[in-house]
Amino acid sequence: MIRARAVEKRYGRRRALRPVDFTLERGGFLVVTGPNGSGKTTLLRLVAGLAAPSAGELEVEGGRGTLGYLGHEPLLYRDLTALENLDLYGRLYRVPERRERIGMLLERYGLWDVRGERVGSYSRGMTQRLALCRALLHEPELLVLDEPFTALDVDGAELLDCQLAELAGAATVVLTTHEPARVDPLATATLALA
Amino acid sequence: MSTSSPNSSASRIPVPVIAALAAALIGLAIVLAFFVAPEDADQGISQRIFYFHVPIALTAYACFGWGAWKALRLLWKGGDRYDLESYVAIHQGTIFGALTLATGSIWAKASWGKWWVWDSNQLVLFLVLFLFYSAYFMLRFSIDDGPRRANVSAVYALFGVALIPVSFLAIRLAEDFIHPTTFNRDGPQMTGTMFFTFCVAWLAMTVLAYALYRVELLGKRLDANLRELREALA
Amino acid sequence: MTYLSDVAALARKDLRLELRARDTLPAMLLFVLSTLVVFHFALPTGADEVAAQGLLWVALVFTALLGLARAWTPEREGGALDGLVLAPSDRSAIWLGKSAATFVFLAAVEVVALPAFSLFFSPLHASGYLGVLLANVGICAVGTLLAAMAAASRTRELILPLLFLPLAIPLVVGGVGAGVSDDPGRYLTFLGLYDAVFAILCWASFEYVVSE
Repeated sequence: MIRARAVEKRYGRRRALRPVDFTLERGGFLVVTGPNGSGKTTLLRLVAGLAAPSAGELEVEGGRGTLGYLGHEPLLYRDLTALENLDLYGRLYRVPERRERIGMLLERYGLWDVRGERVGSYSRGMTQRLALCRALLHEPELLVLDEPFTALDVDGAELLDCQLAELAGAATVVLTTHEPARVDPLATATLALA
Repeated sequence: MSTSSPNSSASRIPVPVIAALAAALIGLAIVLAFFVAPEDADQGISQRIFYFHVPIALTAYACFGWGAWKALRLLWKGGDRYDLESYVAIHQGTIFGALTLATGSIWAKASWGKWWVWDSNQLVLFLVLFLFYSAYFMLRFSIDDGPRRANVSAVYALFGVALIPVSFLAIRLAEDFIHPTTFNRDGPQMTGTMFFTFCVAWLAMTVLAYALYRVELLGKRLDANLRELREALA
Repeated sequence: MTYLSDVAALARKDLRLELRARDTLPAMLLFVLSTLVVFHFALPTGADEVAAQGLLWVALVFTALLGLARAWTPEREGGALDGLVLAPSDRSAIWLGKSAATFVFLAAVEVVALPAFSLFFSPLHASGYLGVLLANVGICAVGTLLAAMAAASRTRELILPLLFLPLAIPLVVGGVGAGVSDDPGRYLTFLGLYDAVFAILCWASFEYVVSE
């Protein structure tokens, strides 16, 4: 599903990601670890297609429509409600049976009651849960998650554990985390960045 | 990590040769313009400046066009080298643009007694372009180095060349309600010697621009290589 | 026609955001009215109609700049621009949706500003209104793209006017000409030409402005 050969990223003089090689088969679960500044976020952005490598080859199967991304920012509109945010993304991703899917996700992640409130009024945990809904909305085949547990509250983290356990094997997952132990049982591969 | 830009045949000519050629041509142009070419009956001395003013303007257009071409290549294929080449070309274009305004101003003073007139469409166009390309540098310097800066600069460079004809049309149209054209502008009827002088000056300016372009590129690439070396050794 | 429905969804989003926040539109309205009043004091007595028309365009351009400065703020706040770029829809749809919404805002302001201008100074001919409409397209198309460029810069609000004003000059010429000239057709055609050239350029190049 993903093949990386000597992939690196430079922003002018600054080296954001040193050359890295790895392969991840379909259904694989890759956990990326490394200290701050080692380029974990950069690597995930490259895989997601938000940036292009400065050198090397990166092949990611599937188009933008099959990829779900969760970054450090929620990628949401603070002045829109949860429903409005997901509705917009649902349209852009051409999600079939949009309303049902949105309802299902909001309920599952405990956001149904606040669906009509501005995202700007949510707590950090709630925002992250909604961001997760956004990433999962179109049932992506490749899920790219950048430290998803960091901003989640306890309930949210448990929900994510469940979700990842469900997805393992069915979808391909690339994930960075500061607590690798949490996702160890699910991981099929690890990548440690220096 | 090479210091020369690959491929094109002109880029294989070493810089000192081009610089010498530029110097020779400029010398020749000056001699022709001020001593050999006949004096124009109507305009006198101001017409001599014309031999440089118009070639400098044409060279500026060429630089902007060259910069836009490199910008297009950057967006097409990507790669640091097109970004640098585009930037340097536009830099040269802006310098020549400033020179166009300066020589144009001298010409206006010599012809009509004022340091600035709105009657010359070309001069007004250069004023607009000068503002536009000055903003290019401000934009470039306010974005951190990286692909974003290269892409944004490239798109802006393309806007520049689109602006040139559109602006020219606009200035022409504006004549109706801004200023009636009362003065006899631009190109005097050129005789053989005059035309030859003009062509020499044009060639001189083009080669000068190319020489400066190569020199600046060389300098910037050397800088970059030096930095890389320093970092590798550190 | 999923492209157009994407554009519509994005434009609707911007309209909804503005209706909810209601900060940009009122500011633009007040700005343009205040500017017109300033112009009354800035014009010496006996200044002709043409001069006043010129000032109308100055007012419109700067009012547009005021609105454009905040055009991409909602996308920046939550990182939503990345979200839009990731979507399978064409990246140019992001620009087109935003431009369309900006056009609506600018037109809404002009619905008040133009009658106010007619009241304070002198009435506009039909060709003048048409000129405003055509120029709006150019302002919104180019302005939205330049605002995205400015958003990538450290000096955001400072640099947008610098980028925009040289490109706005032909629009001002077209607009003023359409309003005062005996032959407005030439100016209106010119505005159409500007719109066509620059809209295509914006449409084709937006993708690069948001990519790394």
